Amino acid sequence: MNEKYLPLLATIAVFIALFVIGGFLYNNFLSTLVLGDILADNAFIITAAIGTTFVILSGGIDLSIGSMIGFVGVVIANLDVVGWHPLVSAAMMLGFGLAFGALQGLIIDFCEIQPFIVTLAGLFLLRGSCFMINLDSVPIRHPFVASFAAASIPLPGGGFLASSAIVMLISLAVAIALAHFTRFGANVYAIGGDRTSAALMGVPMRRTTVAIYALGGFYSALGGVIYAFYTSSGYPLAGTGNELTAIASVVLGGTMLTGGIGMVAGTLFGGMIFGLIATLINFNGSLNGAWIMISGGILLFLFIVLQRSIVGSLRLGRTT
Amino acid sequence: MVGVSKAFPGVRALERVDFRVEAGEVHALLGENGAGKSTLIKIMTGALRGDEGEIRLDGRPVEIGAPGQARALGIGTVYQEVNLIPTMSVTKNLTLGRQPRRFGLIAWREARRLARARLKRLKIDIDVERPLGSYSVAIQQLVAIARALEDDTRVLVLDEPTASLDANETELLFGIMRNLKRRGIAMVFITHFIDQVYQIADCISVLRNGRLVGSAATADLPPLKLISLMLGRELERTEERLAAGASTARGEPIVVAEGVGRRRLMAPFDLSIRPGEVVGLAGLLGSGRTEVAKLIFGAVRPDCGRLEVGGAPMTTHSPGQSLRRGMAFCPEDRKAEGLIGELTVRENIILALQTKRGWLRRLSHDEQEELAQKMIKALAIATPDADKQVGQLSGGNQQKVVLARALVSDPRILILDEPTRGIDVGAHAEIVALIRSLCAQGLALLVASSELDELVAVSDRIAVLRDRRKIGEIESREITRENVIRTIAGAKA
Amino acid sequence: MKHSANIEADAPSISRLRAIAGHRAVWPVVALALIFVVDGFISPGFFHIRIVEGRLFGNLIDILYRAAPTALVALGMAIVIGTKGIDLSVGSVIAIVGAVITWRIHAGDPHFAILLIALGVGLLCGLWNGFLVAILDIQPIIATLILMVSGRGIGLMINLLYGGTNPSFISPLLQGLSVGHIGLIPTRLILGVAIFCALWLLIRRTALGLFLESVGGNSAAADLTGINARLIKYAAYLICALCAAWAGVILAADTHTSDPVSVGLYIELDAILAVVIGGGSLAGGRIYLGMTVLGALIIQALTTSILTSGLPPEYNLVVKAVVVIIVLLLQSNNLRSALYATLARQPR
Repeated sequence: MNEKYLPLLATIAVFIALFVIGGFLYNNFLSTLVLGDILADNAFIITAAIGTTFVILSGGIDLSIGSMIGFVGVVIANLDVVGWHPLVSAAMMLGFGLAFGALQGLIIDFCEIQPFIVTLAGLFLLRGSCFMINLDSVPIRHPFVASFAAASIPLPGGGFLASSAIVMLISLAVAIALAHFTRFGANVYAIGGDRTSAALMGVPMRRTTVAIYALGGFYSALGGVIYAFYTSSGYPLAGTGNELTAIASVVLGGTMLTGGIGMVAGTLFGGMIFGLIATLINFNGSLNGAWIMISGGILLFLFIVLQRSIVGSLRLGRTT
Repeated sequence: MVGVSKAFPGVRALERVDFRVEAGEVHALLGENGAGKSTLIKIMTGALRGDEGEIRLDGRPVEIGAPGQARALGIGTVYQEVNLIPTMSVTKNLTLGRQPRRFGLIAWREARRLARARLKRLKIDIDVERPLGSYSVAIQQLVAIARALEDDTRVLVLDEPTASLDANETELLFGIMRNLKRRGIAMVFITHFIDQVYQIADCISVLRNGRLVGSAATADLPPLKLISLMLGRELERTEERLAAGASTARGEPIVVAEGVGRRRLMAPFDLSIRPGEVVGLAGLLGSGRTEVAKLIFGAVRPDCGRLEVGGAPMTTHSPGQSLRRGMAFCPEDRKAEGLIGELTVRENIILALQTKRGWLRRLSHDEQEELAQKMIKALAIATPDADKQVGQLSGGNQQKVVLARALVSDPRILILDEPTRGIDVGAHAEIVALIRSLCAQGLALLVASSELDELVAVSDRIAVLRDRRKIGEIESREITRENVIRTIAGAKA
Repeated sequence: MKHSANIEADAPSISRLRAIAGHRAVWPVVALALIFVVDGFISPGFFHIRIVEGRLFGNLIDILYRAAPTALVALGMAIVIGTKGIDLSVGSVIAIVGAVITWRIHAGDPHFAILLIALGVGLLCGLWNGFLVAILDIQPIIATLILMVSGRGIGLMINLLYGGTNPSFISPLLQGLSVGHIGLIPTRLILGVAIFCALWLLIRRTALGLFLESVGGNSAAADLTGINARLIKYAAYLICALCAAWAGVILAADTHTSDPVSVGLYIELDAILAVVIGGGSLAGGRIYLGMTVLGALIIQALTTSILTSGLPPEYNLVVKAVVVIIVLLLQSNNLRSALYATLARQPR
């Protein structure tokens, strides 16, 4: 059994375990209905997290995810007010996400400023722009959005795969192809695994770095589009704190924050674990949101310790 | 390569060096750390650009401005640090940047086949899907070689490939190298293992202080002559032997090491140092000079043996503990282990003393300044003031700061690892004079150095090391260059 | 290929200017000065200070007042960053401290003891973070992420301990510390200055500061000079959590309520920004206590300036981001070299 699948399998195991626990605790929990709901509700954040996976795989970090989600939604909503078709504004915002991410990547590489700081500034910039445009939620009234929100594929067992989840799954497939079947993906893993060696091996550093953050921006924007369509509104506070959830989802999905190890598919399960925990707690009703945070922290701790022991055996070979 | 020179701020790394290698030949390149080997190789492989000189391939001059260009010209490099990605599989490492594609997507099955084929040519058969880091360093190195060997590789540069290999693995590597010889590939083999040079190399070149001091076919260069080429130094002036005649009794040893060693690092050794005595550690690169120094200082924890300092055994082995017992240490690699570049000269100088005093009893700014100025004067450190960032000083001056720091902590025992590397001749004499006066006052000195002539000049006793083992000791009157070289060359590993 | 500026012999005044421009402290000071200049233009009377009900009032006082909690957190953050680490959990520490204070007040403990308990809780958090980083050798950003994610949840749980229905409290002592005044000066400013002085004494009047900077600057070399790197790193996280605890006391008493979800939200980001603006590098090394406070002041000055200028407060974040980006870009050597090169090519 290839060692590299271990963290992913652990994540999937945890997800299944939690799902089963839910089945014990509540009636009708073990159903595709619940599963479909989890996917639909969390599709937007998982999509953004998928893009972040690339960034983290390369050893970087992107704090501007949540703000991008909010910004994209707000712009689409306001453009809807002046008559733009939501798909057109969505396409434009995807392009914006790409460009914004690329700019962040360029600053990170050229000015040699740490990704944490640059994307932090990006966070403030985007969130602030949200507020500048409008302070309250703006509904999107174009009929397309309504039909989008209603569209879904029925699943065996009575559940539904909502359109948001479908978009997310498609983007996941693309991401998996990018990560594991393109030279770009191999370069990302190389940079994250050993930056100096990657440069010596001929990986184009600047180009790849810019592309990584551009991709992250694109996926965050896509997450924002999904959120806007799903909620039929542009909410300036959308995505607040989601950068944290996204990063935690990536880590829970088996990707190391140090870079080089992890799988994009894991992020899907990592995000679903968070969604599952939230659902479990909501089902209960008497527990409050605090437990989501605490269990998130405990899971993170366990995963980090697990990851360290795996990696410890891999990063050898450095002799004096 | 003809007449290649390269200078860095503060140091001339290479001085008009000529180097040539023929197809199907293994050319060994030797030299101590800082001799210029890495620089020469970096110029050859495009990581650096030479200031003067030219490079010719097949007789035609070529420009190598970037690693990609070297690669394109057919020069493959295997770096000492196995610069591959340990977290990625063998296949991915071998094919990075050159993966076979189908409809724009990587065809992994084809990639795996390619990887296996490449490895097969080197007679290696391993699971190419496992992460590279899960294999031993030997295998990792072989994978690195496989990667460097494209179909059109003409020259293969191997930088210290056997540094982490055991005897069997080395033999495996040599088998592959002989195979490559038959295929007509020229190889540059950088190493410090003399035995291996005689096993595999066709010719040998020796660099010292940036100059080529000797280049000949292996058959024409017997070990004795080779070692003396490596350890000698252009004697600008002769050193007077210190303490000619019988060494005066200096009392009980202040440092006694019995059977101290550490698995894989250094075989157990005995060593004692008396107050006022200078004990030299002589040996070639990799013989264990630094390891002995660090084991005694406690920077590396021994896993066997007994160490006594000042009459009392050392129970915990740590630099802090050693400092408190009166030891001080100047490491070989000043950049990585010696100095804290961001801090000022003054802060670096007083750091060890401050550690000794503890965090509460801080040296006042005036006290620091006074100590710093004293040292700057005593060692002639070229800096406009003590508040300059030490990272901005030239190499030689940085070395002096390291020494200053050790001296300021008022040690009874001073351990120096390559103390004169990068120090110019003039300053050299001052430092030697300073140390001599300290020894006269009772300072015990342990010096590890690749500069044999210096060791011979100042040591009362020389411990000779070879291949991580102490093979002998030479006492005062017997100390001569020839004796040391003979001991190194003569003793069987 | 990296572009390095190759400017031939400048006139001495220009090279001195360039040296000054390269000094990390210059741009923050310039930034603050610029902000005040712009304030002077936009809002005449900005600098007006008056005395109302026996204490000072005015925009400048306001800046100091509101910046105090952030500055405290930033000071602790600067120390941790100096060891090449980071502490993302400070916001959560503040949340926990607020919850603990409310809980113990409801339980009837004497308020001075509660102050000590609150600080003790902060120390506990520091012990946890330090354990992960210094003992388990986990990367600081990941290690502190754990408490960051779970801390506010812990705070909410503590809220439950006293029923959770009424998270507010009355405490003359604590509220006095936070919103009261001694003479003309707000108490929290005096408290802030006192803590700053204590930190300064700890860092600069003992060798601790030197050890911290050594560990961050070159861990291997620090080790060889006898410094116990683990212990030093541990100490850094303890100090940082303690500073966060103090900020937590101030913030909790400010609203005299426990609000674990939103108290101190994003304060870690502001703190890190303050440290970086103040010249600290995330790669470890020098600790600039005073400059860090300056950084916090800049961030607060921006917010206050926007408020008084009549711009809607929504502009706050954007302006903050822009100013921060500019300061960072100017501090970047590569960018400055490229700028000089471009300028040098222009005909004089």
